Amino acid sequence: MKEKILFEQKFEINGGDFVNAGESSYKIKSILKEIGIDSDIIRRISIAAYEAEMNVVMYAEHGAMHLLVYPGKILLRIEDRGQGIKDIELAMQPGFSTATEEMREMGFGAGMGLPNIKKNADVFDIKSTAGKGTNLNITFNLNSKNG
Amino acid sequence: MKLETIRELLHAEIISKCSNPDTDIKFAKASDLMSDVLAFSLPFTRPEAILITGLTNKQVVRTCDIAGICAIVFVRGKNPSAETIRLAEECNITILTTKLKMYTACGILYAKGIRGAPVKE
Repeated sequence: MKEKILFEQKFEINGGDFVNAGESSYKIKSILKEIGIDSDIIRRISIAAYEAEMNVVMYAEHGAMHLLVYPGKILLRIEDRGQGIKDIELAMQPGFSTATEEMREMGFGAGMGLPNIKKNADVFDIKSTAGKGTNLNITFNLNSKNG
Repeated sequence: MKLETIRELLHAEIISKCSNPDTDIKFAKASDLMSDVLAFSLPFTRPEAILITGLTNKQVVRTCDIAGICAIVFVRGKNPSAETIRLAEECNITILTTKLKMYTACGILYAKGIRGAPVKE
């Protein structure tokens, strides 16, 4: 049986919009606080959301982040349209980056984003097609002690 | 250590005063790489940490908010933009600025007992 969705919200993210980058993650953090989610889990979800949001801003044309709250888990689904990732295994290596100077000046693009998301997640799933875009499914168990 | 003591030790100026002035600061992180700050974020909410950085854009404040850091010290005399200050106020994060370089600022605070934030492996 499919688990019932208790709460769902979609956040649009514009590629290249460095000014507003991080706002969706900030809103997600506020929502989770309001719902009364454990602060350790909020921390992990916020970090993953923020890194994923920055990836969309830095590398994609457009994307959306979906927050889905289930009774026992929280799912972040990020779908973007853009350049995609040619070699996922390489992109998952800490320190590997294709960031531009502008991104590095913002303090990002150090090649820690995807590894950081995976580290904070209970289940991490990434699919990407070069030239089309990337999909991330990041699951956090609400009774988990990871983090 | 109170934020006021940190201000005195670093000959810093407070640009926006938001977080609780009585917070007992125990840890610091020093980095210009926001992903590193997030990667080595504490496993749970610890408001008693500060960030020492030379980066003054809005993303620094966002990162501290996400990582649960209560104050930012900008080194090398850097001043944040009005937008960065406004966001820090919204996120309840104190901003200080010092003319000291990052290494010196870290050394002074370390000598007075402020330690690196514990890293979760």
